[in-house]
Amino acid sequence: MENVSVEVHNLTVSYHSKPVLWDVDFALPTGKIIGIVGPNGSGKTTMLKTIMGLLKPDSGYTEMFGKPLDKVRERVSYVPQRESVDWDFPADVMDVVLMGRYRKNNLFKRITEEDRRIATEALEKVNLLEFAHRQISQLSGGQQQRVFIARSLAQQADIYLMDEPFVGVDAATEDAILKLLRDMKNEGKTVIIVHHDLQTANEYFDWIVLLNTRLVAAGPKEEVFTKELLQEAYGGRLTVLSKLGDLISDTEFPLREPEFKEEKPE
Amino acid sequence: MDPILLKVLIGTTLLAASSAVVGAFSFLKGESLVGDAIAHALLPGVVLAFILGQGRNPLYLIMGALVAGLVAHYSIAFLERRTKLKSDTAVSLILSSFFGIGIMLMSYIQRTGAGQQAGLERFLLGKAAAISMQDLYVFSGLSLLLILGVAVFYKGFQLITFDQDFSASIGLPNNLIQFVFTVLTVLAVTVGIQSVGVVLMAALLITPSAAARSWTASLPRMLALAALFSAVSAALGTAISASLPKMPTGPWIVLVLGALGFGSLIFAPDRGWLARRRRARANQHKTGSENILKLFYGQEERRGEGVQLSFDEIQQIRLHQKDQLLRTLEGLKKSYDLVQNGQKFNLTEKGRIEGRRVVRLHRLWELYLTERLGMAADHIHPQAETMEHVITPEIEKQIIRELGEPELDPHKSHIPYEND
Repeated sequence: MENVSVEVHNLTVSYHSKPVLWDVDFALPTGKIIGIVGPNGSGKTTMLKTIMGLLKPDSGYTEMFGKPLDKVRERVSYVPQRESVDWDFPADVMDVVLMGRYRKNNLFKRITEEDRRIATEALEKVNLLEFAHRQISQLSGGQQQRVFIARSLAQQADIYLMDEPFVGVDAATEDAILKLLRDMKNEGKTVIIVHHDLQTANEYFDWIVLLNTRLVAAGPKEEVFTKELLQEAYGGRLTVLSKLGDLISDTEFPLREPEFKEEKPE
Repeated sequence: MDPILLKVLIGTTLLAASSAVVGAFSFLKGESLVGDAIAHALLPGVVLAFILGQGRNPLYLIMGALVAGLVAHYSIAFLERRTKLKSDTAVSLILSSFFGIGIMLMSYIQRTGAGQQAGLERFLLGKAAAISMQDLYVFSGLSLLLILGVAVFYKGFQLITFDQDFSASIGLPNNLIQFVFTVLTVLAVTVGIQSVGVVLMAALLITPSAAARSWTASLPRMLALAALFSAVSAALGTAISASLPKMPTGPWIVLVLGALGFGSLIFAPDRGWLARRRRARANQHKTGSENILKLFYGQEERRGEGVQLSFDEIQQIRLHQKDQLLRTLEGLKKSYDLVQNGQKFNLTEKGRIEGRRVVRLHRLWELYLTERLGMAADHIHPQAETMEHVITPEIEKQIIRELGEPELDPHKSHIPYEND
C-alpha cells in the first residue's frame, strides 16, 4: 500500500485480563471512508481506543502515517461514543465544540478569536449554528452526535476515528453525517468508523475491516463483503478462542510472558 | 463592628468560597464522596502536624494535611484498580480507617495531656471565631491561591471532568491534571476545616455546587454562584457562632448552606421541584383539553358536524373527575375551542381543527406501531393515547412521509387530514 493512514501490527489487547483482540494485523489506506465492522463484543471499540492510546496493548503496536501517535497527534481526531459522557454537564454547544481547539500547548491560554471562528465554521457544517448557545442537556441524540462531530471538525485533523456515530440518530442526522463524511473524503481526509450494522455498512464505506476478536478480513468492500467472510465474522464466535479467553481471565494468567517483547525495531 | 470579628468574617468567607470552587469539579465528576473521604482522612495528618508544630505553625498543618490527603486519595485509587472492591467500598474503607487513626491520636494526646486539646477539637467541628490571626492570614492567602489555581487549570479540569477519553486523545496529561486537582482538593479541605471541621467538610465542597447547578447551566457562572452561596453561608454561620459562646462554627455554616441547597432544589427555575411540578400540571392540562376536543371530534365523525353535548354526556363518554372536567371545559371556553349554549357545549372551528389533529395523530401512531414495529392491532391503543399528546408537527410530518400519506388506520378508521 502506498499511502498508509493507520497500521496495526500484531495487536493483542485484553480487558479485565480477558483478551478482546488476538493478534490483529492490518494497514489502512488514506483518503477513504473505512468501516470497522463486526458483531457486538467483537473488539471494535477496543481497537479504536488502542489506536488512540487509551488502552495499552498486551503486545504489538499501532502507527499513524508511519509514526507513533504522539508524533502526529494534531493530525488525528477521536470521536468517542455519544453515551460515554454525561450530557447534563454544565456547558453549551459552543463550549463543547471549542474543546476541539484545546491542545497541550494552549492548555493555559485563553480561547482565541481564531478558535471561535473555526468552531463556528464546524457548527455550520453540521447544521447546528442556531443551537450554538443551547445547553447540551437539551439536545436530542442526533444533535449530540453532531456536536461531537463538530468538535472533531474543529480539530482540523487528517484522520478521524469515530465510535458508532450512527447509533441512535434520526434520519436527518444520518444523512447530514454521511454527506459530511463524503465531503471530508473529497478533501483527502481519512475517516475510520466503528459500525455494527451490516445492512448499511456496504453503502457507507469504501473499505472495510471485518473484526471478530481476530481479524476476519480487511480490504476494499467488494473483496471483503462476501458471503463467506461475513458468515465467518457473524456466524458465532470461535469457541476455542472464547474458551481460552475465559480460562485466561479466570486464572488471571498473563497473556504474554513478561520477557516477551515485540516492539517495533528502532 | 469589632475589627477582629470583621477580619475573621472576611477570612472565613474567602476560605469557604475557595473550597466551593474546587469542590465543584468533584460534584460534576460524581465523586462527592471522595471529597468527604479526603476530609476525614486528613485528621491523622493534621493532628500529628499540630503536635509537631505545637499548634502554632500553620505550615506544619498544611504539610501534614497534604501528606495524609494524598496518601488517602492514592490508596483509594489503588484499591479500585488492584482489587475487586467497588469504588464506594474503597472510599468508605479509607475514610473510616484514616478517621479512626485520627480519633485515636486525638484521644491519646488528650490522655497524656501533651497537646492543648481545646485547640485540637476545632478540627472536628470547626471554630472559626477562635482562629489565630496568623492562621487567618495564611489560610486566606491559600484560598486566593486555590481560586487562582482553578482559573489557571480551568480548561484541563473542565475537559477531564466532561470527557476524559477525549482529553487523553488530544495528548493532554490526564494524570498530571488529576494530580493537580487532588492537591487543590486536599488544600481546599485543609482551608475549609478551619471553619467547619473535617466531619462536615463534604457539605462545604459539594452543597454550594449542587445548589448553584440548579440555577445555571454555564460552568463559569456555576463556579461563581457556588462561591457566593458558600461565602454567604460562612459569613452568617461565623456571625451566629461568634455571638453565641461555646458554639462551633461548622454546624451553623452547614445549616445555612443546607437551607440554600434545599431552597435551590425547590425554587430554582426549570430544574427546581416547583418548576417541574408546574410543567407536570401543564402537561396534564394539555392532555385533558386535547382529550375533550378529541371526544367532540369523534362524536362529530359519527353524528355530523355541530354536535352538542352536556356536561353529563361528556362525563358518560369519558370518565373524568367532576371538578377537573369543569376546569378543563372552562379552559377550553377561554381559548375559544368550545362554546357553551345553555347547558350544552359544541366545537368552534378552531376547536375542530385541534380535535382533528389529535385524532389524526392517534391514528397515525397506531398505524406506525403496526406497520413499523409489527405490533398487533389490539395492543396499540394505550400507547397511542399518550403519544397523540407528545408528537410534534415535525415528527407528524415525518410519520406521514414514511407511511406515504395513509388513508386508513389499523382499525379501518379514516385518518382525517387538515383539508379534509
